Amino acid sequence: MMRTLAVIVAGIVLGGIVHLVSVLALPRIATQDAYSRLAPLAAVNAMTQLDPATPETTLMPFMDPAFAVAVCRYDLGAGPLKLTVPVSQAYTSVSFYTAEEIAYYAINDRSAGRKTIELDLMTEAQHEDLPKDEEVTAADRLIIDSPSPTGLIVVKALAAEPGLMAQAKATLAAATCRVQSATDAAKRK
Amino acid sequence: MTLMMFALAGGIGLGATWMTATRGVDIATVAIGPWLARPQAGTRSVDPYARAAIARSGELPLGIGDGVAFLASKDSDGRPLDGRCDVVIGGTTPAARFWTLTLHDLAGRLVANTLERYGFTSQEVVRGADGSFAVTLAPRARAGNWLPTGGIERYVVALRFYDTPVGGVSTRNQRDTPMPSIKTVGCPS
Repeated sequence: MMRTLAVIVAGIVLGGIVHLVSVLALPRIATQDAYSRLAPLAAVNAMTQLDPATPETTLMPFMDPAFAVAVCRYDLGAGPLKLTVPVSQAYTSVSFYTAEEIAYYAINDRSAGRKTIELDLMTEAQHEDLPKDEEVTAADRLIIDSPSPTGLIVVKALAAEPGLMAQAKATLAAATCRVQSATDAAKRK
Repeated sequence: MTLMMFALAGGIGLGATWMTATRGVDIATVAIGPWLARPQAGTRSVDPYARAAIARSGELPLGIGDGVAFLASKDSDGRPLDGRCDVVIGGTTPAARFWTLTLHDLAGRLVANTLERYGFTSQEVVRGADGSFAVTLAPRARAGNWLPTGGIERYVVALRFYDTPVGGVSTRNQRDTPMPSIKTVGCPS
């Protein structure tokens, strides 16, 4: 009797540990998460427009059909990334996610306050390697630190009514994301 | 006996993980009337349960700098939303640059209908003289702002606010965040 009770108590305690470990491990081992779903469609360090969500084809659940969406799957291994997004007439936003879908930063056209949203994305190590005097010029360049070397940039443009979807898509077609070249770095000096 | 203990541990641990990742837990959930939101899921300080749920479902949470999403699967009286009934969502909305109202099935897909209308944006919706609005969710055409439910049994309404202070620390209740009500006004008997 006592033995059975001990086994049950030990099982429950061990079950709690299994639960905590599996919850923490799930984002790492998930194969149907957003990053895994987008990986076959989106080229690395380039902008890819997504097809609009329909009832039959939903790339990811709970997508807002009022938006044209483009993604850039990034890998900062080749160096910092330069992101340029022209602002549409309605509303444009840029959201940054790690490969495990942590939304670590998001900005919209109004908070960017310009006709074009221009951002540099780099790892913290790459940010530290920037020459110090560049920090001064960085005041008018937005530098985002990515907590992980890989992740997703999601660019969205609003189509306030279905008829404006073509216009929103055209705005996104002009958005670029690419590895910074040496000339970019030279230009900034 | 040892085998039984491990079986128990595995069952409890993985069962609890599956439950919490599928249904979600109420940590950091804001409930205003029938509307539920997890603004924390759009920040770096997302909790492990929300991360597990996001990894499992495959969705990309809205970054808080972009917007905040409220979901409702019940009406203001606690009745599950039924696509065979007439449901009216009406009232006022908290401050935001714009909002979108979208129907999803329980898996997060858009709700199919012959009109290919999946939602309204705040710019499309027709309003009363006092600025309030009412959208009717019904299987058959209704006057005014009509969202077709396609007659499905259960659905979820997503109300998303963009470029908004909603989701911050002052989002707690109906008084600081006036959410529209959801009323089931008629069901075929």
